[in-house]
Amino acid sequence: MLGYIWSFIIIFSLICSLFLGNTQNFSNSFTDSAADAIELLLTLAGVICLWSGLMKIAERSGFTRVIAKLLSPLLKRLFPRLDKNSAAFEAISMNISANLLGLGNTATPPGLKAMRELHRLNGEGDRASDEMVTFVVMNTASLQLMPTTLGMLRAGYGSAAPFEILVPVWISSACALTVALVLAKAGNRLTGRAKWS
Amino acid sequence: MELIMPAFAAVIIIFGLVKRVPVFDCFIEGAKEGFLTLYRIAPTILGLVFAVGLLRSSGAIDVICTALSPVADAVGFPVEVVPMALLRPVSGGGSTALLISVFEDCGPDSFAGRVASVLAGSSETTFFAITMYFGSVGVRRIRHTAIAAVAADLTAMIMSAALVRLFL
Repeated sequence: MLGYIWSFIIIFSLICSLFLGNTQNFSNSFTDSAADAIELLLTLAGVICLWSGLMKIAERSGFTRVIAKLLSPLLKRLFPRLDKNSAAFEAISMNISANLLGLGNTATPPGLKAMRELHRLNGEGDRASDEMVTFVVMNTASLQLMPTTLGMLRAGYGSAAPFEILVPVWISSACALTVALVLAKAGNRLTGRAKWS
Repeated sequence: MELIMPAFAAVIIIFGLVKRVPVFDCFIEGAKEGFLTLYRIAPTILGLVFAVGLLRSSGAIDVICTALSPVADAVGFPVEVVPMALLRPVSGGGSTALLISVFEDCGPDSFAGRVASVLAGSSETTFFAITMYFGSVGVRRIRHTAIAAVAADLTAMIMSAALVRLFL
């Protein structure tokens, strides 16, 4: 699936650059974008390592268990097959709470951990489990309650009321999340095979 | 608001101290795992950033935008925001750059500026998240993940234009 999208993007770009006469730009971006990727990775490296460290403290001290307990009424519904005390459940809780707080990059380390745990529970297969689909889909929707960076950007460009967009943002996010979860759940039911350890 | 992240970190560390956890040893252990995580997601990110770079430099993104503007116009979505809406699922940095260019061209309090803001606040870097999370564990058959996620993005696009009309 991703392989097709990826190949399509590259071939389509090549065709466009030929027709638009952008070939010089296009071939430059072969090296530039690789360098961009490393730059992005370096930015991510700091945040990911720092927060992986802090998350380890949270895990060892039982902080993640407290968060998991707080979020469990909600998450239990979304992940009915997961044990409330499992490492997967705790990692998902940390990921979701960091997302709610608007700490996008902070949410990544526990998110990746959650995927590892779900992968293990799924018998290391190469087909996504229901839980993986639900979890990733939640991470593709915006859960952020307070779009701080956005507000600051708006203020920086001279908005008279930087946070006037708050209510529309909430409603729009809620609608998108609902659509994502309903489709994820419906798809799980349609294509799922109830086989699990 | 800028205190959320430091406060979150402080709460974790204080909780660790209260529970008598060897805080710094844990931190080092976790940070080490962080590098492994990075190693696992690096190839995926490289592949994605490369593809996005090609889309932009070849002018393919402009071609798609031109093709889509009549559709956007018909559903009441501001044409100026189409490039940002298209780049939003694949690149956080790229879409932020385009959000800023909408602010510069139209102003943050214009219709386009508001729609772009609401869209930026209510959507995520969908494909980036999908490739990173599934790539990190080597799961290739992602089933209906992409369909559900794209439907959510489309919902956010339609809702952002509709809600700005309704509220602002």
